[in-house]
Amino acid sequence: MKKLFSRPEGLTDTLMRYCPGCGHGIVHRIIGELLIELGIRERTVGIAPVGCSVFADEYFNCDMIQPPHGRGPAVSAGIKRARPECIVFSYQGDGDLGSIGTAAIIHAAARSENITVVFINNAIFGMTGGQMAPTTLPGMKSTTSPKGRDVRKHGYPMKVCEMLASLDGPYYLERCAVDTVKNVVKTKKALKIVFQNQIDDKGFCLIEILSMCPTGWGQTPVQAKKWTGEVMSAYYSLGVYRDRSKEAK
Amino acid sequence: MAEKKLMYGNHAIVEGVIAAGCRFFAGYPITPQNEIPESMSVRMIEEGGVFVQTESEIAAINMLFGAAAAGKRAMTSSSSPGISLMQEGISYIAGADIPVLVVNIVRGGPGLGNIAPAQSDYYQATRGGGHGDYFTITLAPNSAQDLYEFPKLAFELAEKYRNPALILADGLLGQMMEAVEFSFEPIDPKSLPEKEWALCGCKGRERRVVRSYDLKQGRLEELNLRRAEKYAKIRSDEQRFKDEYCDDADLVVVAYGTSSRIASAAVRMAREKNLKVGLLRPITLWPFPTDVLADMSKRIENFLVVEMSCGQMIDDVKLATECRSNIQFHGRPGGGVPIPPEILKKIEAVLGGAR
Amino acid sequence: MTKEIIISGFGGQGIVSSGIILAHAGLIEDKHVTFFPSYGAEMRGGTANCSVVISSEPVASPIVASPDVVIIMNEPSLARFELAVKPGGLLLYNQALIKSKPKRKDITVIPIKANVLAEELGQGRIANMVMLGVFAKKTGLLSLSTLKNAQRKRYKKANDEQLVLNDKALEKGYSLFGNSK
Repeated sequence: MKKLFSRPEGLTDTLMRYCPGCGHGIVHRIIGELLIELGIRERTVGIAPVGCSVFADEYFNCDMIQPPHGRGPAVSAGIKRARPECIVFSYQGDGDLGSIGTAAIIHAAARSENITVVFINNAIFGMTGGQMAPTTLPGMKSTTSPKGRDVRKHGYPMKVCEMLASLDGPYYLERCAVDTVKNVVKTKKALKIVFQNQIDDKGFCLIEILSMCPTGWGQTPVQAKKWTGEVMSAYYSLGVYRDRSKEAK
Repeated sequence: MAEKKLMYGNHAIVEGVIAAGCRFFAGYPITPQNEIPESMSVRMIEEGGVFVQTESEIAAINMLFGAAAAGKRAMTSSSSPGISLMQEGISYIAGADIPVLVVNIVRGGPGLGNIAPAQSDYYQATRGGGHGDYFTITLAPNSAQDLYEFPKLAFELAEKYRNPALILADGLLGQMMEAVEFSFEPIDPKSLPEKEWALCGCKGRERRVVRSYDLKQGRLEELNLRRAEKYAKIRSDEQRFKDEYCDDADLVVVAYGTSSRIASAAVRMAREKNLKVGLLRPITLWPFPTDVLADMSKRIENFLVVEMSCGQMIDDVKLATECRSNIQFHGRPGGGVPIPPEILKKIEAVLGGAR
Repeated sequence: MTKEIIISGFGGQGIVSSGIILAHAGLIEDKHVTFFPSYGAEMRGGTANCSVVISSEPVASPIVASPDVVIIMNEPSLARFELAVKPGGLLLYNQALIKSKPKRKDITVIPIKANVLAEELGQGRIANMVMLGVFAKKTGLLSLSTLKNAQRKRYKKANDEQLVLNDKALEKGYSLFGNSK
């Protein structure tokens, strides 16, 4: 019988502990596939963040490190500069990257560290129980904004791609989503570009991925996909924010 | 004997780090240690190493975490407030059993304090410094020669025990010039063996994971107990100290780093006055040289602890001697530096009172 | 033998350089040396100073409380360090810039018109070299040729003309008090 679908060798044979409908598993699979398709698994070092995807160090079938909350870009830069032959990716959530690790990501981008950052934006703190994230939408309820995010009290959400696009350092920035098959395919294409950019020594690249958190949002997986496409994507516009390869030489 | 060269302490550290085969430096400017990154930025270019001026000490310690986890000798230097910022990273590095070297050119505190030499970070250095059950191997140089030699020793101990190592110095040692003898053959980084735990891509082997967490029931306890065994071994095998004139002493001055230099002058002055005074200088602050002190306390009546702080190491002296002896203190906090005559006066007061 | 020396003046008078030259000189003659510049909180009243210890034994304290020798280059430094000198010690002072007279009777006091002599050689800023020449002669601690070597270790980027001029200033100071020794 012909095998139609199987676990890519870029992922370990471990049962993932993500909730039903969570977007992390989809992004993990994409990265797992790319590690094989690009032939880089055996020279890759991945960074697992603090947050739901802290367990990523058990899921990716490559060398992994788990740094302090938000410090992934600095740890990545340390590895990459110490071993330029390695491919280094930093997998981070919105609390990790957009809140506690803001300085780290901005300066890694400004220095154009030759690393690949995968930024999962699900507008909420998942692991700690659905608290407000720097990416929580205006009006959106969380366990620390029970009446909805009031921008006069809680401030406005962070638009990471737009912010980083104001810097000269980044080589490639794109916002994708994993709410539909079409968008998953697009996300894989974007991730392939940025891993290839690192192989080609191009400098800092980041892919922001709008991802579902049905548990944190109090929605069903189906509702969460719909909400990602209709509400989140309306606030966080998908698209390429920086592509130095398209700029005049 | 190799030729001696007159060098600033801060430059001696840089040469010692390079000679120790380290080719990775990350750091953030702070007085009084700026000569280290400045000089390092030149030397790393010459040696084909990595120099990064990071956006903060937090980034610096995490770059070290990455570089050291990738199996390379990596170091940073800073001064007290910067070292406070690094404590999170040092805790993670200790929790992941990764060797790194951190140099603290201590200044007056707390807070922004001042930029004068101080020894008020003793507790922070010897009690772990960050959260969790851990210790950092802590070396206290007292000369430019030590500053040249201790980076190599620190890396060797750090790697032997897979644990962060600290060099605790101060602005006086950094700004002072002394003769340095390049006393060992510089290490070619390429000659250092690959670490069996290093992250470098899993070609031809199982993948490796470096982490400080373990959420499985009971596992973290096991890990900590295993680490406690490691610490017990370090405590039993790595105590280092120097003693002068202690054999017949009625009083032993206990001092480290800069204080030990000044105390040494005071001890010589006391001997000229026929006072039986010795000096014990801890070289490792952690592990603290408890054995020699425990032994001394059985025959020596008086100890005088001299520190450039309100009294921190004195706790370890009391613990080591089990308070058997008369333990007195002379301290100069907040950037104050004692001079030999004031220590002599205190010695005379203690001996006068004891008789 | 241990000699503790303090050199003090204002910024720009080559105070730190003088200290480093003495330390180099001590090292050339196989002695133990330390040099420590004052900085930060100790820097006040426009004075800069440094401590040098030259010894046949390993140096204990690099911090000098009561120096055997002080080289005083400006007025505020005299006020600050005259009383610190060890009884029987030596005080060299730059009479060209200092109006007051040292009052101590238990030490040897030697006035030197260092800036005037340096100007005569063509460069006021080498007054410190004149003082070092006097120091070598009066203490007998270091030879003139050692000091000439030592200044070359300090001024690695100086041109020959300057180095020769420095030598002349050292010689000038050295010969002020007779050519014996």
